[in-house]
Order: sequence, then structure tokens, then C-alpha cells
Amino acid sequence: MSWLIVGTVPYEGFPLIEGKCNVLKRRLRFGDQSVRISRGTPALLATACLTAQALGIEPPSALLCGDIGRGDGSRRIYEYLVREIPDCPNDLFVFHYLQPDVDWHNRILCRLEELPTTPILIADAGYMYVAKMSGFAASYDLFTPDAGEVAFLADESAPHPFYTRGFLLQEDDRVPELIQRAYQHENAARHLLVKGRCDYAASADGILAKICDPCVEAMEPIGGTGDSLTGIASALVQGGRSLAEASVQAAYVNRFLGLISSPTPAFSVADLLPALPRALEMGLPQSNHIRRHEF
Amino acid sequence: MSLLKRIRKSFGTDPGSKPGHGRGISARGILIFQHTSEVIRAETLLKLAGFDVAVKGPPPEIRTGCDLAIEFPVISQLKVLQLLQQERIRPLHVLPLQDVLLEPVNLFHAKDFGDYLMVRAANMKITLSKADLRIVNVSGGGCPDVPYLADQLLGKRLDEAPEPRSLGSTLCGYALQLAFEELRRRCPG
Repeated sequence: MSWLIVGTVPYEGFPLIEGKCNVLKRRLRFGDQSVRISRGTPALLATACLTAQALGIEPPSALLCGDIGRGDGSRRIYEYLVREIPDCPNDLFVFHYLQPDVDWHNRILCRLEELPTTPILIADAGYMYVAKMSGFAASYDLFTPDAGEVAFLADESAPHPFYTRGFLLQEDDRVPELIQRAYQHENAARHLLVKGRCDYAASADGILAKICDPCVEAMEPIGGTGDSLTGIASALVQGGRSLAEASVQAAYVNRFLGLISSPTPAFSVADLLPALPRALEMGLPQSNHIRRHEF
Repeated sequence: MSLLKRIRKSFGTDPGSKPGHGRGISARGILIFQHTSEVIRAETLLKLAGFDVAVKGPPPEIRTGCDLAIEFPVISQLKVLQLLQQERIRPLHVLPLQDVLLEPVNLFHAKDFGDYLMVRAANMKITLSKADLRIVNVSGGGCPDVPYLADQLLGKRLDEAPEPRSLGSTLCGYALQLAFEELRRRCPG
């Protein structure tokens, strides 16, 4: 059972790499390459690797390339995926920080749909934006937007969160209404995990769970705490949980990550990761099979 | 109709056909200029820089006398505007093609954490320490320049940090610029 996490790292000239990674001393390592874990796809990968290790499942493979916003690294990844997907037997794909490009998105989705068994598809960040922009959001299994991004999903006209119309702007108490509107216009994945002051797990059937405790206010300004949530949820899905179960449990684990770490708004997500094994023990039911390991 | 067929239909017969012309939301924006000469200069400049642009007639609702507009990939708005600014070409309007009445979000949200202040614009948040006015965090967004911009801004004082628009390339970068300006307005130092 293999799974692939696809995204970019913010270093110009960083080569395209595919392979297993591990977390060591606040860095994500791939063979002789390594990147700092600060936010974005490295943060998602780090939490996914550590959660997989704790669950005793196969760690994810990473498909990464350097991109500082010019889209060159994202295009190399897109080309690689279109070429390699037929020979890429992954059960789960997680798409993350990639330059939105509808044409490439549709080609990749087409390739994925052509596989004998369609893999589970999770999207966050730029790839969630382009999945919505393409009109094929419903082809995905899980999106993990924050409260502002769910307003973007709810706005059937907005091509990017920057253009979300004012009457749909982020207000935490309006999240259920925004979720409903996103489903009405087919701009949501089959499941949504909306992160915010309260987290929501939802599907087209409605709100499945609302998780408000423990609440650690300082998590909001810390870059990468949404990425950690997506990483944990992805690992739980790969570990065999249903999308709904994984969403709810990931929300709890990410909140315990904050509670245990007692962060200030100046923390980095890497400062939180040593608490992940304990957060998994606290956030997952029947967690006696969690393996402790060094970070 | 199966999903696969719908996707193929959205491509048309040419697999390289432009995105956003089938199902979904247009990923294109338009630049409106005062003079046609500016349109021609801008088109040349953007094409030379490798952007997928096309000259079109602007929608009637926003016609201001000029007869031409430039269609461009909306995600690259910040980079496109930087290039034009370098050549002193200033568009009258920059709009997403999806709906010419759409305008960028212009509301800011500030949250006080005691020793820290966070400002949000659209999907981007920036936080600074009130004690020394250093930027301590950047969060939100989804385009690949966000982690890069965060690396460039973190730890720097607000008055010495580079403006996000000088380094960013996308709409997320542009939203971060707005949050950064709002933070400067609230904390002039």
C-alpha cells in the first residue's frame, strides 16, 4: 500500500525528486538532500511521516521540486505526473503547494481516472484552488480548507481566494452555511475538513462533526498548522480509517499538538512536532498501538 | 456523461487547448489600459517574458473608450503587474475574467494576541511581535511563493523587511502585500 505526497519546496533550483523521506533534527531528508521543516509541503510531509511511523504503516513517498512562485517547478511536477501516473501504483495521492494551472490539473485528473482503480485523492493549498477552479472538485475525496478558503469554495464565481466576494467573507460562525453552499455548487470534495476556531468534518450529507476543544488560539498565526492537519489526516486515511473518521481524529490530534506545546504566535510548526506522538495518543481512540519514536 | 468524457470534452479536440474554456471557473484575468499603444507594448513585454497572453476586446460593461484588453493567467497577476511597472505601463483595471464585477477582497481582519498582532487580508495572515516589530509568522495561502516569502520576511523588522510584492509572483503574494501594508499602517514604528 503506497501513497504519494506531491508539492513544492521554496528553493530555486531544488531538483525534482521522488522517493521516501524521513524526519531528522527538524529537517526532512531525502537521500543526500534535505529541507527545513517550516511550513508548506515539508510540514505536511513531516507530520505524515511521523504519523505513519507512529501507526506502523508504510511512510509516504514524496514528489517535490523547487518553486518560489514562478510555476517552473510545479510544471516539472505536472509533466512528470502525466508521464508517470500509469506506472505509479499509489492508493492515495495528496496534492499540496502547486501553482494552480487548470490545463495541467485536468490532464492529471484524466490520467488518474484512467487507472484500473481510482486512488483516493486529497487536495489542499494551491491544488485545492485549481481543483475547484477546474469544476472537478467533486472528483476529490477530501479537501482541507481553512475558514477563509471554504468561503472561496462557497463562491461559485471566485477563481482564487483573493477574489472571494465580500458577502461570503470568512466568519467562523458562518462555516456551516458556506460548506452547504460549496456543496450546492459542486465546489467541494466528497469530504471537507475545515480548520478554524472550531474544525468541521463535513460531506454532501451535512456536518458530520464539529470539534472545538481543546482550543489553542495561538495556533492560528503559526504557519504550517493547517499543513500538519492535512498530513495527519492523510496518514490516518492511508492507515485504513474512513475519510470521516480520519478527519475527526486528525482535528483532535492537531488540537492536542497545540495544547501540549503551549505555543506563542512566534512558534514554528517544527517546534510542535516533538509533541506529535503524545498528541496521537491523546487524539486517537484505542491508541495503545501507537509507536513511540525519537524526533 | 462519465467524468472522463466530461474532462475530455472540456479539453475539446485539441489536448493543448487553453484552460478555463470548458467546465469550471476561468483561470484568466484581463488588463484594461487607457491607450491601445500600451496594450501593444504590454502584450510584447508579457509574451517575451513567457506569459500566455492574448489581446481581446474588453467586455462592454467596462469599456472606457479603449477597444483592447489583454487576457492573462490570473494566478500570475503579481508578476505580470511587476513587469509592467518596470516598464512604467499602468493598466487602468485588473479583473478576473470569470465575472467582470468581481473585485479583490479589501477587508482586513486584525487579531490581538497580547504581545503579538496578526493581520489577515483574503487568505493570507502576517503576525508581528509588538515589542520589537519583528515579523514572527506568515500563514495561510496556497501558492508556491508563500513559503518562499515567509522565509524572506520572518525575523525581520517591519521597516526593514522586503515588500512581498518585490519578491512574490502570485495572488497569494499580492494578498500578503496587502496584509503587510495594513500591518505597517497599524504599526508605523
